[in-house]
Amino acid sequence: MKKLRTHRKVGEKVILAIMTIFAAAASIIFLLPTVLTITNSFMAQSEINANYGVVFSSVTGGGKTFISEKVNLKFIPDIVSFSQYYSVLFKTPDYLLKFWNSVILTVPVVIFQTVVALFASYGFARLTGKLKEILFFFYIVLMLMPYQVTLVPNYLVAEKLGLLNTRWAIILPGIFSPFAVFLLTKAMKRIPKTYFEAAMLDGASELQIFTNICYPMVRSAVFSVLMLVFIDYWNMVEQPLILLNDEQMHPLSIFLSKINTGDTGLAFAVAVIYMTPSLLMFLYGEDYLVEGITYSGGIKG
Amino acid sequence: MKKKIKEKKLRPSKLTDTNTVFARLSLLPSFLGVSVFFIIPFIIIIWYSFLDNPINKDFVFLQNYETLFKNNAFLTAAKNTLLLSAVAVPLAVILSLGLASLLDSKIPCKSLFRTFFLCPMMVPVASVVLIWQVVFHYHGTLNAVMAEWFGAAPVDWMKSSKCMIVVVLLFLWKNLGYNMILFLAALNNIPKDLLEVAELEGAGKLYRLLHIKLRYLSPTILFVTILSLINSFKLFREVYLLTGDYPYEDLYLLQHFMNNTFKSLDYQKLSAAAMIMSLVMVVIIGAMFIAENKFGGDVEE
Repeated sequence: MKKLRTHRKVGEKVILAIMTIFAAAASIIFLLPTVLTITNSFMAQSEINANYGVVFSSVTGGGKTFISEKVNLKFIPDIVSFSQYYSVLFKTPDYLLKFWNSVILTVPVVIFQTVVALFASYGFARLTGKLKEILFFFYIVLMLMPYQVTLVPNYLVAEKLGLLNTRWAIILPGIFSPFAVFLLTKAMKRIPKTYFEAAMLDGASELQIFTNICYPMVRSAVFSVLMLVFIDYWNMVEQPLILLNDEQMHPLSIFLSKINTGDTGLAFAVAVIYMTPSLLMFLYGEDYLVEGITYSGGIKG
Repeated sequence: MKKKIKEKKLRPSKLTDTNTVFARLSLLPSFLGVSVFFIIPFIIIIWYSFLDNPINKDFVFLQNYETLFKNNAFLTAAKNTLLLSAVAVPLAVILSLGLASLLDSKIPCKSLFRTFFLCPMMVPVASVVLIWQVVFHYHGTLNAVMAEWFGAAPVDWMKSSKCMIVVVLLFLWKNLGYNMILFLAALNNIPKDLLEVAELEGAGKLYRLLHIKLRYLSPTILFVTILSLINSFKLFREVYLLTGDYPYEDLYLLQHFMNNTFKSLDYQKLSAAAMIMSLVMVVIIGAMFIAENKFGGDVEE
């Protein structure tokens, strides 16, 4: 009997070891693209040309420097150099401009979508009745629609209001996008009803209930909304392509994909600069992010 | 005396009535914004889709839809988009459930693995596209490794029908973390005592998986499927960043079609296409809701 049990334990340990190895292998796959981008950003221009020349030269038509036939993906550069960063930050203002474009398109959307949604979710959590149910269902359907669908109404409104080719064409629909409302409503609904009733019986005003009871209870959900909306808009590609004709106003996300026609040596450094804000957010707020994702689970109630 | 009793009965119910003016007002900004930027233009678009052109405003009913269904570009784009989703969505659901089960087991360093799996979600696609291009280039790393290890002939990943694999890989890399968190939360919600009782009563591992775990997971499986489906419709972003304006024809997606139609500003075509897509979305989502209600409805609440 005892032998059997130890036998079983050994088997379980082997399975556990295999699973751990599997998780470790998966981790490497998940981390490698990011890590490689970062390490490669410390390569000098000549080293990039030597290693990746073939990939990018198909567009530029070759260079004067030596280009190897094979691509040579490197983990660590031969010589650590900050020349890419130096060029990006001090020599080519174009990248900083595009970075700034990303910032002024994203930040207002993130802040105001959250604020608008914070109030709206309070409404949705407190109101009762069929009309509210229907409206909330409509928000969900809207949230689930892909860009191919929502960009058409957005374009129509932007055209009628004369907002085309201005940043407002992206920012205004972004502010009223229903995702944050959905997530915060779910968080608000988790607050026990008795909290509200007790506060009301004690004579608290609605505003007091909102600021003193609701907000503190959903604060972590607010952080996760901020992160999720930020990453969504920081990544934007579809909206500027259609709503902003002027490429000078395009965000860095679009500009980065066109980089390989020119300064290939800078591409990695720009990529790293571009991912820094969201990665920093992730390092500080991973738990909020996980909580927010968990809240978003399940469409019903 | 009678009046007083009536008042007493009324007062608490009025005090705890949640349909307050403040609650209504707080919903107002969001409702107005959603109306102006989504609901009203969407109604106009439904109207537009039945007109022959915006100047004459002749009612032609389904003619725009008929022309669209004879449009080769639209049909190719729809076929490619659906095919891509059909490959990407099941993989995303199964693999993320696998990762969640890994983190739900007794392996060490779980929180570290969670961080690693979740990290790609916060990395902008535009930043890692360079690495993807280096790996999957004709002279790239993958072909070199395959040739060295297996003597395989090089494959032109980006410019053949294999390009779909590259895009699906990027999609999975980015989306598995989010789905995994949803599944982790669902796995945590399965009542442990139920599983223990089942085990004590002699239920095998397979029985417990099929009849208990999957039933409790079914709402989440539905949600992750819908979410992945929506995200797969957004794959244009990845395709655009990887291949630019003119992808290999297998990757010509609905968003490419819409972008081109926006350039010629054919409102009739645009609105008919948007209508078809939203109808397809509603049908798919509705069907999944019904399926989920049949399969897992009894374990909710």
